[in-house]
Amino acid sequence: MRASRFSFTRLRAQFIKEVLSILRDPRSRMVVFVPPILQLLVFSFAATLEVRNIDIAVYNQDAGRWSHELLQRLASARFIARVHHVDSQRHLRELIDRGAVIAALAIPVDFSRTIAAGDSGRAQVLVDGRRSNSGQITVAYLSTIAADVGAGVVPDAQAPTPVVVRHWFNPNLVYRWFIVPGLTGILALFSALLITSLSIARERELGTFDQLLVSPTSTAEIIISKSLPALAIGTLLGLFMISAGIFLFAIPFTGSFVLLLASLVLFILSVVGIGLMISAVSMTQQQAILGAFAIGVPAVLMSGIATPVENMPVVLQWLAQAIPLTHFLVIVEGSFLKAMPAGDILANLWPLAVIALATLTLASVFIRGRLQ
Amino acid sequence: MQPASAVAATGAGEGAAVVIEGLDKHFGSLRALRSLSARVHYGRLTGLVGPDGAGKTTLMRILTGLLVPDAGRVALAGYDVVRDNDAIHVVSGYMPQRFGLYEDLSVMENMRLYAQLRGLDAERNAGLFAELLDFTRLAPFTTRLAGRLSGGMKQKLGLACALMARPRVLLLDEPGVGVDPVSRQDLWRMVQALTDEGMAVVWSTAYLDEAERCQSVLLLNQGQLLFDGPPGELTAQLGERSFRLENAGARRRALLTRALELPSVSDGVIQGAGVRLVLRKGADSAQLRELAGQAQVRLAAVPARFEDAFIDLLGGGPGGSSALAERFAPVELDSDIAVSCHQLTRRFGDFTATDNVSFEVHRGEIFGLLGPNGAGKSTTFKMLCGLLRPTSGEAQVVGHDLRRASGAAKARLGYMAQKFSLYGLLSVRQNLEFSAGVYGLEGDTRRQRIAEMIDTFDLGGWLSATPDSLPLGHKQRLALACALMHRPPVLFLDEPTSGVDPITRREFWTHINGLARKGVTIMVTTHFMDEAEYCDRVAMLSRARLIALDTPDALKRITAEAGHAEPTMEDAFIHLVESSGREPEVAA
Repeated sequence: MRASRFSFTRLRAQFIKEVLSILRDPRSRMVVFVPPILQLLVFSFAATLEVRNIDIAVYNQDAGRWSHELLQRLASARFIARVHHVDSQRHLRELIDRGAVIAALAIPVDFSRTIAAGDSGRAQVLVDGRRSNSGQITVAYLSTIAADVGAGVVPDAQAPTPVVVRHWFNPNLVYRWFIVPGLTGILALFSALLITSLSIARERELGTFDQLLVSPTSTAEIIISKSLPALAIGTLLGLFMISAGIFLFAIPFTGSFVLLLASLVLFILSVVGIGLMISAVSMTQQQAILGAFAIGVPAVLMSGIATPVENMPVVLQWLAQAIPLTHFLVIVEGSFLKAMPAGDILANLWPLAVIALATLTLASVFIRGRLQ
Repeated sequence: MQPASAVAATGAGEGAAVVIEGLDKHFGSLRALRSLSARVHYGRLTGLVGPDGAGKTTLMRILTGLLVPDAGRVALAGYDVVRDNDAIHVVSGYMPQRFGLYEDLSVMENMRLYAQLRGLDAERNAGLFAELLDFTRLAPFTTRLAGRLSGGMKQKLGLACALMARPRVLLLDEPGVGVDPVSRQDLWRMVQALTDEGMAVVWSTAYLDEAERCQSVLLLNQGQLLFDGPPGELTAQLGERSFRLENAGARRRALLTRALELPSVSDGVIQGAGVRLVLRKGADSAQLRELAGQAQVRLAAVPARFEDAFIDLLGGGPGGSSALAERFAPVELDSDIAVSCHQLTRRFGDFTATDNVSFEVHRGEIFGLLGPNGAGKSTTFKMLCGLLRPTSGEAQVVGHDLRRASGAAKARLGYMAQKFSLYGLLSVRQNLEFSAGVYGLEGDTRRQRIAEMIDTFDLGGWLSATPDSLPLGHKQRLALACALMHRPPVLFLDEPTSGVDPITRREFWTHINGLARKGVTIMVTTHFMDEAEYCDRVAMLSRARLIALDTPDALKRITAEAGHAEPTMEDAFIHLVESSGREPEVAA
């Protein structure tokens, strides 16, 4: 039997072993299959920053035409599910206290009279500050409606020229258009990170890692056999989310699919390197999972999906450049909405290649270090 | 203490520490205990003995109130274990099989924690702490993390914690596993002192030399009580059926195989240069005398051991021929030296784990590596099989330097570890296929070898099961099959039978003896002194240095010359380690 540096037979045996370990391990199966299904459900039905289906209360003390007009428009507004009409300030307050409505509108006695006199009428809006985010958005919607009523009264140039905002690439600011492409990256990041970080730690718990190290297999074979399954699963999950974005959420995909796929593969390779490093230093699977989250969560937060990288302190901006997700997010969001040109994609692709090379090299150093 | 429950009031339990009556316990379809009745007395060390799966741990857990029996009842110190569960925790101390202490806390912190869990005030019980530390000789290590203690020290700390509440009944679940003879000696001394004070101590074990030292023994097999009484009584039942073929030398393995094939022989093991044999009940020694005559060795009647009686009671040991070895092609090597190391040294920071160790192992030799916990035994072993790089010196396997040609050296060695190192998530067949693949076997050779291993080790009925669901014996066979898939000329065994019962151990050594006869070189580390008897030569390590290297019989002779009459391998071990311990002081 000749022992060569690299053997396809040995590699194949280890690859099959890895795939079986992932598929037969309930913990790994959960890492692979549960998050994508869960996230798909969450984002198709629940998570959105838009405000919909809310109840508001109205205390109308004015019997004039303009308050009637305002109420008509509120009743027909699509984001409002129900308008509660009340007849006292106290009742108004109570509805907000109970959380029955998110906002309340109090229209004073002189509302129509003031508008008829050519002034702008004033109505009071009370908002539930406990739900500050949705509350603020509601106020914005309400003032738009109120302004329309006012503008309808005074159609000429008395009002300041309104600034018209146009949102490029996502004209209607559909929240999913923004979040789903980003999710592709997060999902691929966590699955690849967890699968690889569990792999060596699992073997160490079983004692099979020593068994592997006394066999003629080389470090390169160990790394490749542990990378391939994670790479395959990460890529499939990424593609799954991309197709969900295109076909289910109907997000316009305007970029190059081939370049996106290449970036996805490079991105996952760089994550696999990080996962293997975590795994090489962890003694147990528990440590490996903790390690994966300790690296993964800050990486997501600093990648620019939550806050723009440009808003961070300079040092953190440099650090963010070392996070693979930062670069992949630029590419995936650009490919979906912006029809990002190849040149711009390549500008973010080469840092990914550098990071992948660095993490995989370090991982092999770490694994060799176990032999010391 | 006033017995509270009706059990004691019946008068049946008067004077007994533990009264077990008609105990039954099922786990699914498995009957772990079958109508078991027994007594344990105060002031006595009672051994709970039996092969793997006999129900020892189940019984222990029922005694401590951790499991509820399906039928029957148990009274411990007069309290019913089910009804007076809270009282049980006060009157009993329990040391579980796996180190039940917090590895990230220091020795002292662990003791404080256990004191507080027992409702004792650590500050006010400073006297108790000092006493326990003195008793366990752990006083110099109070600030050391429990996870960094050696196996023997962990057991002592576990014992100290179990003794915290001054229990009347102490339950120890396999305290001797993974503990070297020197530390085990310490444990015995402590338990002896406790029983002298009137405490009842239950010591469960699969090691029969331990059982022999107990004052009373409960022998379990498949959930049934086979024997209850002093071990000497069982040994006496065997009568004059133990023999030894003296000074068989190099032929002893062949002799053992032949002897075990005789219908009149029920059990046999290698003991140094001799072969120890036990006759079946009612058989006479004619066949043995004939065998001895053919081989021209002396047949001597020897006093029976507890182990002889134990195996006999269980129906005798396994046969002597190894289907594995029969199929194994004889090993041919270019040189007679299979494994060698020269001035092998390994340092971890300031600490030298292995210091200038040199030896040569011949082809077909069974070579044992022995030493107390922390003596550098496993460090040396790991360097020899390529798991650890030496700081200086060199190690060779079949002529390949492990540093320069590690791939070539690794392709020629097989390795089997204590935990069996099988992939628990893969099926038995997938495990076999993996080990064939990782050693580069392809195509027909691969299919043939796997089929051969399945056939040899009788694994056919288990192919789609996971290794963890296998009975211990089959699990061990699978591990051996995986380690031997590539037919290595050298086999490394790292405490291969730790925690394994005597019957399974015999089967294992039958294979190993057969392999050695085919020219396979066996390197083995062990804490188990009976296993050292199987070795051709034994290297003793103590404090990182090689202190002795000779045949087991020669090591026993050295001990005999120092004044021990009829020393066992265990006596030899303790003598060698203790006499080497004095040297550094002389040198200083």
